[in-house]
Amino acid sequence: MADTIRVAGDTLPGADMNASLLEVDGLRVDFTVRRKRIPAVRGASFTLDQGTTLAIVGESGSGKSVTSQAIMGILDSPPGHITGGEVRLRGVDLLQQDEETKRTVRANHIAMVFQDALSALNPLWSVGFQIGELYRVHRGTSRKDAKQKAIELLDLVGIPDAKNRIGHYPHQFSGGMRQRVMIAMALALDPEVLIADEPTTALDVTVQAQIMRLLKKIQQERNMGLILITHDLGVVADVADDVAVMYAGEIVEQASIHDTFARPAHPYTKALLRAIPRVDTVGRELEVIRGLPPNPASLPSGCPFHPRCWAVEPKKCSSEVPPFEPVADDHRSRCHFAKEVYRDER
Amino acid sequence: MSELAVPKPEPEAKQASLWKDAFHTMRRRPDVIIALVILLFVFAMAAFPALFTDKSPTRCIGREARQRPDTWFRGEHPLGTDAFGCDFAATIVHGTRPTIVLALTVIVLAVLIGLVLGMLAGYYGGWLDAVISRMLDVFIVVPLLLGAILLLSLFRGRGSSGNVIETVAPAAIALTIFGWMEFCRYVRAATIETKNLDYVVAARCLGAKDRRIMFRHILPNAIIPVTAVVPTTIGAIIVTESALAVLGIGVQPPATSWGVLLSNGTQWAGGGYIYLFGLPLLLLVLTVFAFATFGDALRDALDPKLR
Repeated sequence: MADTIRVAGDTLPGADMNASLLEVDGLRVDFTVRRKRIPAVRGASFTLDQGTTLAIVGESGSGKSVTSQAIMGILDSPPGHITGGEVRLRGVDLLQQDEETKRTVRANHIAMVFQDALSALNPLWSVGFQIGELYRVHRGTSRKDAKQKAIELLDLVGIPDAKNRIGHYPHQFSGGMRQRVMIAMALALDPEVLIADEPTTALDVTVQAQIMRLLKKIQQERNMGLILITHDLGVVADVADDVAVMYAGEIVEQASIHDTFARPAHPYTKALLRAIPRVDTVGRELEVIRGLPPNPASLPSGCPFHPRCWAVEPKKCSSEVPPFEPVADDHRSRCHFAKEVYRDER
Repeated sequence: MSELAVPKPEPEAKQASLWKDAFHTMRRRPDVIIALVILLFVFAMAAFPALFTDKSPTRCIGREARQRPDTWFRGEHPLGTDAFGCDFAATIVHGTRPTIVLALTVIVLAVLIGLVLGMLAGYYGGWLDAVISRMLDVFIVVPLLLGAILLLSLFRGRGSSGNVIETVAPAAIALTIFGWMEFCRYVRAATIETKNLDYVVAARCLGAKDRRIMFRHILPNAIIPVTAVVPTTIGAIIVTESALAVLGIGVQPPATSWGVLLSNGTQWAGGGYIYLFGLPLLLLVLTVFAFATFGDALRDALDPKLR
């Protein structure tokens, strides 16, 4: 599937196929609220390689959704402004492109799956029409062929009886089926990067697993890069390859999924993992992280996590901003005591 | 997914089309059938007046003036004659075409202007919104009659040649210029509400252009509140036209319209000739009812959001 012949005009001018699929480098996003600049994303950097899945995990307000909006170029502006950094797709900085190029990049190269498929599908058009429209508009496909393509896609995402479901409206589908339709739409133009912003939050637990498995399957079949944005570490455990944990607009820990679960190197990640209900902790009170995420308008001095940290060294943590440093190969953490936390000495 | 059993599609449970469904829903409502009959009747009068009367509305005999309608609507003049001795049935029937043409022209033009301006203002916002909104305020503030008198001075004295377009043109222009604001407001509000919905953002994510977003995603939603006001506005247009008739810029004589009949009828309604006022009013009320019922039912039947 990855070797599909691309239609002329579909390739990104200046793209270097040897460069990483998607590199986000020092991305900064500010929101202007009542003439005050409030940082939402403070220098996020990560790399997504072809055929891998990156999970961006964080609490509400940690900047994970804003990051994805900035990559897609759909940030509400005003109030949002990208004030720095680069988003490179195959080496091309998307932030420097004109509006027309950005428009073709969306859908053709980067597509997005939204949280709530009911509101992300237009209630007034049948799903077949909405999927087919993408082919008609971007590829100039005829109505009949577009319909055929839509049926194939619905089939691919596991909608039974796709041929007859094509004329149905979004309200006639169940939540899980709707999310499948949404995924089908995002896949229509064969993008290289798929961003799924909390794709399973609105669904039942059993359906969550199905959708996650579907995303994983499609990602592998098409050799895409997949970014999963979620607040639920449990959901990503068996689909993601790498995890980036965000806190207060920064990535505080980045590692492979295995390392993150086995040997977290940041007190925040460790606390998050402890807060997941597990079979062997049944009957005991669930651990929680004290306090609330910081207000981005007035971040704590030093390490932004120090007021909630269980491993805090008051003097150092409240005055010095910790560096983002490696604790092992491909494992970085933004903590003064990363090594100690990593070795489980703290 | 493979673990899902694929239900066998039943041949007889074939998915009915949207319009077929709508037809079935509407067929079961008696009010809709009544409304349809009234609309057919009115449109037939507008299209083929000769089917309903064999008299000419312009053949008026002075000594036959103000004959009251026959009790059983029989005889030479089933609906009586008006103040000038013209057969009233013929007058009403022949007044239907200008009335309907005027009402439909004005509603189509006003909705079009309102839609375009409202959508532009709501979608792009900023200075364009400011300009359109202020212009809208100005048009709302200028009283209709004042504006109409200004227009009147442009058209006064031009007799009509019997061509229906020329007959209704002055009134249509005046009513359109002062009739688009309400639609513009509704559409602007609906556009602002719709443009930040997830599926519009999703469409943008999938590389849709502004124009496509406006026509495919915003327009079908923005038009829903408008459809609710259209039928009553049609009634208002016909009534307002009667006010213009008093000023002489309504439908130009010798042609008549229901509005002209209403305005003429008010002079005689108090003097025992209530039918001169009552019959056109009854027709107007029935027509507005029919438009409103039909429009409402059509919207209920077609809008998947209300299902």
